[in-house]
Amino acid sequence: MKRSLSFQAFRAVMLVLFAAFFALPLVAMLDFSTKVPATGERTWADWGLLVRDEALRQSIVTSLILAVLTAVVMVILLVPTMIWVRLRVPGASRLIEFLCLLPLAIPALVIVVGIKNVMAWVSYFVGDTPLALTLPYVILVLPFAYRSIDAALAAIDVRTLSEAARSLGASWLTVFARIVLPNIMTGVLSAATITVALVLGEFTFASLLNYLTMPVQLAAIYKVEARAAVAGALASILLVALLLLVLSYISRDRRTKKGSAA
Amino acid sequence: MTETARSGNGVAVELTDLTRVYGPVRALDGLTLHIAPGELVALLGPSGCGKTTALRILAGLDAATSGSVSVAGKDLTGVPASKRDMGMVFQAYSLFPHMTVLENVAFGLKMRGQDRSARNGRATEMLELVGLSEHGNRYAHQLSGGQQQRVALARALAVQPSVLLLDEPLSALDAKVRAQLRDEIRRVQLEVGITTLFVTHDQEEALAVADRVGVMNQGRLEQIAAPAELYDNPTTRFVAEFVGLNNKMPATVTDGSAVVLGTPVPVIEGSLASGAGLAMVRPESLILTTDSTAHTNASVVSVNFLGSISRVYLDMSDGERLMAQVASAVAIRLAPGDRVGVTVEPNPVLVIAG
Amino acid sequence: MAVDQPAVTTKAGTGRRFSVGPSLALLPFLAYVAVFLLVPTVTVVLGGFFEDGRFSLSNLRTLGSATVLHATWNSIVLSASTALIGATLGALLTYLILAGNPHGLLRRATVSVCGVLAQFGGVTLAFAWMVTVGPNGLLTVLLSDALGKDTFGGSGWLYDMPGLILVYTYFQIPLMVIVFVPAVEGLRPQWREAATNLGASTWRYWREVGVPVLTPPFLASALLLFANAFAAYATAAVLVSQGQPILPLMIRAALTSEVVLGQQNLAFALALEMVVVVTVVMLVYNWYLKRTARWLQ
Repeated sequence: MKRSLSFQAFRAVMLVLFAAFFALPLVAMLDFSTKVPATGERTWADWGLLVRDEALRQSIVTSLILAVLTAVVMVILLVPTMIWVRLRVPGASRLIEFLCLLPLAIPALVIVVGIKNVMAWVSYFVGDTPLALTLPYVILVLPFAYRSIDAALAAIDVRTLSEAARSLGASWLTVFARIVLPNIMTGVLSAATITVALVLGEFTFASLLNYLTMPVQLAAIYKVEARAAVAGALASILLVALLLLVLSYISRDRRTKKGSAA
Repeated sequence: MTETARSGNGVAVELTDLTRVYGPVRALDGLTLHIAPGELVALLGPSGCGKTTALRILAGLDAATSGSVSVAGKDLTGVPASKRDMGMVFQAYSLFPHMTVLENVAFGLKMRGQDRSARNGRATEMLELVGLSEHGNRYAHQLSGGQQQRVALARALAVQPSVLLLDEPLSALDAKVRAQLRDEIRRVQLEVGITTLFVTHDQEEALAVADRVGVMNQGRLEQIAAPAELYDNPTTRFVAEFVGLNNKMPATVTDGSAVVLGTPVPVIEGSLASGAGLAMVRPESLILTTDSTAHTNASVVSVNFLGSISRVYLDMSDGERLMAQVASAVAIRLAPGDRVGVTVEPNPVLVIAG
Repeated sequence: MAVDQPAVTTKAGTGRRFSVGPSLALLPFLAYVAVFLLVPTVTVVLGGFFEDGRFSLSNLRTLGSATVLHATWNSIVLSASTALIGATLGALLTYLILAGNPHGLLRRATVSVCGVLAQFGGVTLAFAWMVTVGPNGLLTVLLSDALGKDTFGGSGWLYDMPGLILVYTYFQIPLMVIVFVPAVEGLRPQWREAATNLGASTWRYWREVGVPVLTPPFLASALLLFANAFAAYATAAVLVSQGQPILPLMIRAALTSEVVLGQQNLAFALALEMVVVVTVVMLVYNWYLKRTARWLQ
């Protein structure tokens, strides 16, 4: 049905207003981080601080490693479990779903308040490294990762595929690694990307447990090196946006490939 | 009492030279159709033939690129869909999910400003008409597909529209429900006497319910005629192939008569004028002779039992494959490999260029 | 005919019922979740009932004190207002986005952007607004240059409730879009067409069909937004360095306090309060969602 002209105009105006609202702070961040207040000149000097400053660089590296590590642990922990549940223990699926979505109902702040003893025990084993944050971080990303992988599993009818493969003589390992996993890659990648996005911005756990990740460091230096701090924040969100862009490109690519092969 | 029963106060509908173009696609190409008062015309054709486009233009949900629509002599160009006084039944999912069945049926009356008791009374009448009077307080998701469509029909008729439009109303239903509901729709339509346009891709449906069937292809009306006429005397190749099943058999035409399997049969208008061509012969027009003394020209490949009739697949001596439809009592005596004699009944056939 | 062979038995647990063998493979996952999620949660829930190692209700009583009630009230106001604003504007934005070409670029781009913006939190979001409407913010400077007087800079409003409401809205709206899109997509075009055919104008369609059908998912999404805001910590933590206007910041104070020793258990009690509120809201959300899902089959 055709939309009236007044509606089209209204829509355009509203979308522009919304776009302005969301773009404004980002523009302000770019402006702030590249401007010398005294002269109003443009400079990228403070962006350079992100690599030149020892402590800052270290915290960025820590966050990046943490992000990748969390994604890896999440995949190792969650993907086999979810596939296993679908194939061998379907009765447990509700329990697993409940546990994975539980972190949505329990605020991160609450978890961190109660996790001190557990983390003390962990650092006893692995030392006082920020990478210990990987363990609670996996819990934080569970809901998003679960949804992503679950959707991918649901879309390919895992049971039928695995039964077909088994009837042709495949072992469970083959089914897992060569039948199921390749077909849920998009879901797994999506889960990994969300994980990275979440970890790069995570502040609650890191700050209250006193680990120097990038967000914590940025917040700490704001009073001293405001422009560098803002630059770091903007850089992290741009990185996340880039990751999501690449992901959407990959998943669209796979979708069209599947479609044409059908 | 309902004042619409058998009132015969339907109106005439005219579609004149309707064309609808989307970029390079001509969804409708000069469609002209006249529907007499109280008549049920079915538009039949494959998907993309333009039948639904024509219906939606009539309803006002789409606009024609050129051509006009008039109802009861009044031109409807420029009249918005909400003011066209037509009832429409969609293929599926059209009942409002948050309203009860009764509220759904009463909706059009509410739009026309009737007060609650008046519209609920009328809605109840309509539910009786379609046989769902005990379901007034239920919700759409609690009803079966067939029941939902009956409610949709009641809702469309509640406002006493001048025209009833049905957009593939049975396509989303199970086979058995489809047959029951189709008869139901026809019964109600006759009782109310409303001019109706019924769009479908299922020829059995079209032939069963309509006063006239219009076969459409690529935006054009190929032929419009009463069901039996359409079936027996197709005037174009498309209609002959689309409606009913056909065997294409070699035939030679001379002087308005074709010789098929040794039998001369009259040719239908629109056939090849002379020379060799293909005759379109219905499976039920083939006669099988199992008498062992007679001349045989075919052997049985397989027999498909379909209930009261069976389909017998035959290999002819000249290598052609034919399909005959016979009573199961006859077919039951045949086995693959049997030799039979095949001839045709002397019904008129359409002969097309080979 | 083949001789009847005894059925080949495979490893235990290929049936559909519960059997021990395959379930063991789930232990690593279950253990992990138990240690890093359930243990901390139980610690918090129980911890509020203890003081100095002994069972005590003193911490729970503190929840009724003026300062805690004030912070709780502020948290509720913050969450409710940003939930309503976010839900309303988010619903509007959702409709505007979906009103266009379903396969168009705008649609896909906006939904992806919303995915990014909903993740915006903590440090990044706080900084973003500090440099926009803070004392030397872009907008502050532009407006004071244009209007000749200082509209934003002075009062430090950004670092208190009004600021929090503005900043929270920035991630509530995209979250609403993400959650509400399925509901709006569930509005079948046939309903609009049927309503029009039966004589409804655009206004009446929305009033009789559109809005009533969308209201339950709208309210459910608003509940989700409420829980999201109530539980949020990072953004407020970076924006507000002095004072504890809302509950999460009060928890921070209790955890990091050097002034009053033994505030750990108070933190547990406050966290317990937070968990109770969020859990109740999520339960209502879940129940409401299940109830209305039936309609949009």
